Amino acid sequence: MKPIRRTVIAVLAAGALLASAACGSGFDDDSSDSSEQRSGPVSLQILIGSSGQAETTAVQEAAAKWASSSGNTATVTPAQDLTQQLGQAFAGDSPPDVFYVDAGRFADYASVGALEPYGDKISNPSDFYESLRTTFTYDGKFYCAPKDFSTLGLVVNTALWSKAGLTEADIPTTWDQLTSVSQKIKGSGTVPLALGETRDRIGAFMVQAGGWITSADGKTATADTPENLQALQYVQGLLKNKYAEYPKALDAGWAGEAFGKGKAAMTIEGNWIKGALQADFPNVKYTVHPLPAGPKGQGTLSFTNCWGIAAKSKNKDAAVKFVEAMTTAEQQLTFAKAFGVMPSRQSAGAQFTQQYPSDKAFIDGAAYAQGPVNAPKMDSVLADFDTGLQGLATGDPKALLARLQKNTESALGQ
Amino acid sequence: MKAPQENAPPRSTFSRGPCGKRRSAARGGEAVAGWLFVAPVVVILGLFLLLPILMALWVSLTGWNGQGSPFRSGVPFVGADNYTSLVAEDGLPRQDFMTSIRNNLYYVFLVVPIQTALALGLALVVNQRMLKSKGFFRTAFYFPSVTSSVAISVVFLFIFANSGAVNALLGAVGIDGPVWFNDSRGLIHLLLDTVGVNSPPGALANHDVLGLSWWDWLSGPSVAMCAIIALVVWTTSGTFMLMFLAALQNVPQQVEEASLIDGANRWQRLRYVTLPMLRPTLFLVLTLGLIGTWQVFDQIYVMSQGNPAKTTLTPAFLSYRTAFKDFEYGRGAAISFVLFLIIVVMTLLQRWILRERKS
Repeated sequence: MKPIRRTVIAVLAAGALLASAACGSGFDDDSSDSSEQRSGPVSLQILIGSSGQAETTAVQEAAAKWASSSGNTATVTPAQDLTQQLGQAFAGDSPPDVFYVDAGRFADYASVGALEPYGDKISNPSDFYESLRTTFTYDGKFYCAPKDFSTLGLVVNTALWSKAGLTEADIPTTWDQLTSVSQKIKGSGTVPLALGETRDRIGAFMVQAGGWITSADGKTATADTPENLQALQYVQGLLKNKYAEYPKALDAGWAGEAFGKGKAAMTIEGNWIKGALQADFPNVKYTVHPLPAGPKGQGTLSFTNCWGIAAKSKNKDAAVKFVEAMTTAEQQLTFAKAFGVMPSRQSAGAQFTQQYPSDKAFIDGAAYAQGPVNAPKMDSVLADFDTGLQGLATGDPKALLARLQKNTESALGQ
Repeated sequence: MKAPQENAPPRSTFSRGPCGKRRSAARGGEAVAGWLFVAPVVVILGLFLLLPILMALWVSLTGWNGQGSPFRSGVPFVGADNYTSLVAEDGLPRQDFMTSIRNNLYYVFLVVPIQTALALGLALVVNQRMLKSKGFFRTAFYFPSVTSSVAISVVFLFIFANSGAVNALLGAVGIDGPVWFNDSRGLIHLLLDTVGVNSPPGALANHDVLGLSWWDWLSGPSVAMCAIIALVVWTTSGTFMLMFLAALQNVPQQVEEASLIDGANRWQRLRYVTLPMLRPTLFLVLTLGLIGTWQVFDQIYVMSQGNPAKTTLTPAFLSYRTAFKDFEYGRGAAISFVLFLIIVVMTLLQRWILRERKS
């Protein structure tokens, strides 16, 4: 038995070596062909991380329109798991030509050279909101055109609000007012605020206090500051007094669900809550307001995707033309109508507010919004911070921030 | 009885002589044919098992950033850096990895014994000759094993929800159930809490082993992890019950009757007759259980994604997250190789413990 086993291993090893040698040439990346561009009618592959059927259909229709008017073909594929599928496509050297890039992921892709910095080739780039352009700028280069954006707002359940004896005039505009209305709502037997347990919600308080995790250029860690501490201490106070509850404690997957079920009178969510409530809880009446201002004024968070173009795409010219067509003010308003996003071009803003007056608080947030952390290798650090935030009610905010500071510094290579 | 045995030729010469000769003379050509027969499997295993493993091993030694092939000339070779970041360097990667090891250790120590004992118990029950409608019980116990683990995970999410069946049952007997999948408190910490120890003693909190303090190592499985443990025990014990059942039906009835005649009671029959005869199956079940529990992934992916507070993070899920979410492909591959080593060592250890002891 022994000798036979040894022979089997030897044969396997030899086979493996042969196979890897044979494959070797196939894996090799021919650098010359990546810059070669095709002319004539091209076939664009577009991979989108769709929010649902409405978005998929809208993008497919827009792409078909562009394809027929330009004589090219465009295939839109909705991804099951965009990050993973893109990762595999980049590793296999066959990325789609155009794809969604999440703002939180943008720096990861840009830092390894996966993205084509085409931002300035799009007409009138300064029409995009300043905060969105900053989000998609890496090493001084504006990489990709923002698709649309969302900001956080304070969503108030009208019925529960009046049940607590509150009126329109009581809508909180400062932290102190938020605390005092929460007290009243809690007195009426309702959970005042459903708050998502991540930096994507609690981070808004940090912005209102004048802090953030990194510096504006994304090169220095600024987590351990008195401003951030003040914000976390305030949120901790809300949690300790049961003025705010995390969604899981309210038996909901996210704060919007808890709000829709009527388990909380207020929540802090983005404009996606509109579609979600319409679909799942059509009878809930609510209003949207700007987030209460902190000690350093108003602050909110923005979330956005951009139309990324692969640096290895063979059809970059056509891809830029495609993105151009997708980001016109007119097309963005069509998307806004189809799946409730907000246009990333300022020139479309006025018309949007006119059509959707109830979303005014969301779009006004663009003026003072903070985008996601714009630095590579930060995802696991931020996930670790989220872990800390999950235990914020009983944790030590100072230690939490010190840990975030240390991890951010090591991720940024400071 | 004795006479014929003495007359018979010694067994060894009977079997060794003629057979040994024939093998050397006539089987040369058969070896080639044998290799031809196994060639398809050798090729398939080499291509789809061994080759990817070697490729992953290479990736674990590089700083590949996921752009293009990892076998190009430009990919930086970093030696053992990915491995040292997991075990030797103070930082987030080591902390995450050690947390995942801790979680999985508690998971293995609970799941493997419980599922083995439960499977054996079910098999013994179903094997009773007196039991009516055996087929029904066999099917019922085996059913969870053939159902998709993702579907079962989702159902368990509902059962363990805040207002779900489990908490409703607990509520009926006056217990205020925990918020299962949001509760990161460890069981041992909770036990200590009942005797009044609710903050870590300095000796435990201030001394680190591999990036985690003793207090963190000794947390026990979190409440959320316990829900997953319950799920896994329930789904896998059916499969292992089937293995025990097959082995039990191989236990000759005569042996059992002989022990009855010798006056052995129920417990003695189980302990000294049945269990020793089940030893190979026990080894199989424990090994499969050990390997399966160290590789737990789908339940974590569906139910908790490592949350709350990283207490359901396991090395397999961490490897996936590190590679495909953080784009640290080298470190992700390194985690999977360390996991492989852990499984091999654990299996060898268990083999050594369960070895046949010659008295």
